[in-house]
Amino acid sequence: MNQTTTLHAEVTQWLDEHWDPNMDLLNWRSLVADSGWGAPSWPSDYYGKDMSPMEASIVEQAFADYGAVGAAQSGVRMLAALTLLAHGSHDQKQKYLRGILTGEDQWCQLFSEPGSGSDLAGATTRADLRGDEWIINGQKVWNTSAHHAQYGLLLARTDWDAPKHQGLTYFVINMEQPGVEVRQLAQMNGHASFNEVFMTDAVVSRDDLVGEPGGGWKCAMTTLANERRSFDRARDIGARKGRQGKIFRDLEEEFAIANEPYTWYPQRAGRVDLILQRAVATGAIDDPAQRQDIARLHIMAESAKWTGERAKAAAKAGKPQGPEGSLGKLAASNVARLAARVHTAISGNDALLTGANSPMDGVIAEILVSTPAISIAGGTDEIQKNIIAERVMGLPKEPRVDDGPFRDVRRNTSGPTTKA
Amino acid sequence: MALVFTADQDQFRDSIQRFLSDQMPTSRVRQLMATDHGLDNQLWRQTSTELALTGIHIPEHLGGAGFGPVELGIALEEMGRALFCGPYLSSAVLSAYALLICADADQQERWLGDVASGERRCSLAVTESAGLWQNDDIQTKATGGGTASSLLNGRKRFVIDGQSADLILVAARADDGIALYMIDGDTNGLTVTALQTMDPTRKMADIELNDAVATKLTHAPDHLLDTLLNVACIALANEMIGGCQRLLDSAVNYTQLRYQFGRSIASFQAIKHRLADLLLDVELSRSAAYQAAQTLADCSDLRTLDEDQRRHLTEHASLAKAAVCETYLQTALETIQLHGGIGFTWENDTHLWFKRAKSSEVLFGTPAEHRERMMTAIESGNRSQENAA
Ligand SMILES: Cc1cc2nc3c(=O)[nH]c(=O)nc-3n(C[C@H](O)[C@H](O)[C@H](O)COP(=O)(O)OP(=O)(O)OC[C@H]3O[C@@H](n4cnc5c(N)ncnc54)[C@H](O)[C@@H]3O)c2cc1C
Repeated sequence: MNQTTTLHAEVTQWLDEHWDPNMDLLNWRSLVADSGWGAPSWPSDYYGKDMSPMEASIVEQAFADYGAVGAAQSGVRMLAALTLLAHGSHDQKQKYLRGILTGEDQWCQLFSEPGSGSDLAGATTRADLRGDEWIINGQKVWNTSAHHAQYGLLLARTDWDAPKHQGLTYFVINMEQPGVEVRQLAQMNGHASFNEVFMTDAVVSRDDLVGEPGGGWKCAMTTLANERRSFDRARDIGARKGRQGKIFRDLEEEFAIANEPYTWYPQRAGRVDLILQRAVATGAIDDPAQRQDIARLHIMAESAKWTGERAKAAAKAGKPQGPEGSLGKLAASNVARLAARVHTAISGNDALLTGANSPMDGVIAEILVSTPAISIAGGTDEIQKNIIAERVMGLPKEPRVDDGPFRDVRRNTSGPTTKA
Repeated sequence: MALVFTADQDQFRDSIQRFLSDQMPTSRVRQLMATDHGLDNQLWRQTSTELALTGIHIPEHLGGAGFGPVELGIALEEMGRALFCGPYLSSAVLSAYALLICADADQQERWLGDVASGERRCSLAVTESAGLWQNDDIQTKATGGGTASSLLNGRKRFVIDGQSADLILVAARADDGIALYMIDGDTNGLTVTALQTMDPTRKMADIELNDAVATKLTHAPDHLLDTLLNVACIALANEMIGGCQRLLDSAVNYTQLRYQFGRSIASFQAIKHRLADLLLDVELSRSAAYQAAQTLADCSDLRTLDEDQRRHLTEHASLAKAAVCETYLQTALETIQLHGGIGFTWENDTHLWFKRAKSSEVLFGTPAEHRERMMTAIESGNRSQENAA
């Protein structure tokens, strides 16, 4: 037996011994978290098994083959976990990682502000140390799922005299406290998955400072790098419909709430998977000009997928990351934009319909009004291009006008807040 | 081509612009788009009587102001800029042109005056299953009647403002070919179903006709649908140009106000180049829209176009539609992108124009269909030249 089959067999045996679809979800996931099978690539001290990414994917496959539910994956929780694993203290890892895996806690990312989006390091939310507590004042915006979250990953300024990247500090903030007010914001596609978050004398314990004071930028980069890598991956948190047992009922219930902000995310990516089906249904498949467009989209989407797989394979094999690892997000934007065009051409007038008798229950129209988000969320296309040009290709950096003490840097007097 | 507008035309534009910025701010657009009919009766009266915009292109003896497609283009452009809500394109433009072409003197007396004055609102129902207006697509049947009254049976889709129309002009097929038929908005046998679409600023409806009593319009020139489609495309192209400019203005404004990295984002070359590209697209598209309006103005009688005129009109109409609608969408996408997160919100106005751009892209046929239609016109022109030589 080779290593793969041995590992697969080991997981299967563990599932044989423990899996019971009539348990409730939280109990089951607690068992999974404590066994280390929920996050096998994490350190064995923190709910993992010190495994390589390659081994971890075998474990994941074994869970899937068995039809068993794994650790919670949805939303921002994995970004939180990876950031804490990289920069958090022992106590923080002990305190937060388990609730991430069991699904007890939801997380959100409190980075962007009305005055600082692309220029994340320009954050002006302030954190001031008073006794053993940090007092937080300021406003964040576009924070996905903050309305469901127990914890937030917060970037705040602790030093106004340092150059801007060095005056930031990274915190975990408890969202369920009087000083934190969350307001949902409506989007152009009719959903309301992101929020404004107002912090007024909100409190963060000293123990919840992640990394070093003034070291927030480095932590934020870890969060963002992981977020950007996830854009080329389809979100698979689908409840396993039709399966029997309490676990699956719990899972569907959790899914309905946790996934609420994300129902339109597949549409945001352009739904290339629906193209052929629609082309056949409308007859566009027989139109030579449309075939060319569909072909062009197919080529772009497949090459983008393989580029992502190439990056993943290199990571698994332990090779240093090449340029292919930085291109997923940009490629995803291009695919989404082209897909929206092709969907429009295929469906013609019908693409506009949202009500009764609309194609695919309004999904086509939702693609059209959702794809504009993908080139903005998680860092805009323009910022991605700057990063690729400067960091991957080594081109000269844009001359800076924002160095020196942060106090003196020119910035928006007021941001584009949507508050009346 | 009218390379430059006259002082009178500029003044005319200014007055419409002032009126619309007063009466149709985006807060009003948002209110109206949330209603079923997307129409404010009092504003419609002001538009039609005080400003006389509904009859701008109608000859004076038929109750209009006696100007032409160029002035109409100016009005449409300003309406597109403001996202005017109301049945201007459907009634004052499409239906009025249909009546000019197809109605005899009595019929014009009966209907055109009211349409020109905005007294009655009329919709034009042509589209069935295809995007382009083509004879092959018309399955709606007209039977009986002669000149008296006919019975219509069939189904029409994407009828602009069908839900608020007092009158509906229907393209239908009888034994002797395709013609337009007038029905009353409250006639028996007519069922109007409002459509829910992603662009709430332009209302559309499906209609069903079951033995609906109609009056046939007397004239049904050859190539009727082609001519109507040309008028529709030219009007839409000019409306879209107004929207393009509005979006571009807002992108230029916002990027100068917005500071990131200690400087205005408009100072980044990446953004300057994008804005310059947009300006180029918009100006080229503007030329196409204006030229198409001029080509329409050069056709003295739309009932009796010769081969050459028709080819020309088709080439320019489809060219303008294909060019402008792609520019409109591109400008809208870029304007959202250049706004960042705020550009994706409901609160920010950009999406209103984005949605209009998206619906205009497919209205009256997709850009690909119009490129093909344009090519056919060019090709046939080329062939007839060769034959002549
Ligand atoms: C659906 C969605 C979900 C989001 N979720 C979250 C979340 O959970 N948490 C969170 O913190 N944020 C979130 N965001 C915010 C997102 O990260 C920001 O919107 C994004 O980084 C852009 O910032 P901004 O909106 O301030 O735009 P700006 O930074 O103001 O950008 C405006 C325009 O200027 C361009 N620009 C800026 N700098 C440069 C430059 N140097 N060179 C060239 N062009 C430049 C940008 O590319 C953009 O086109 C979300 C956004 C969206 C749309």
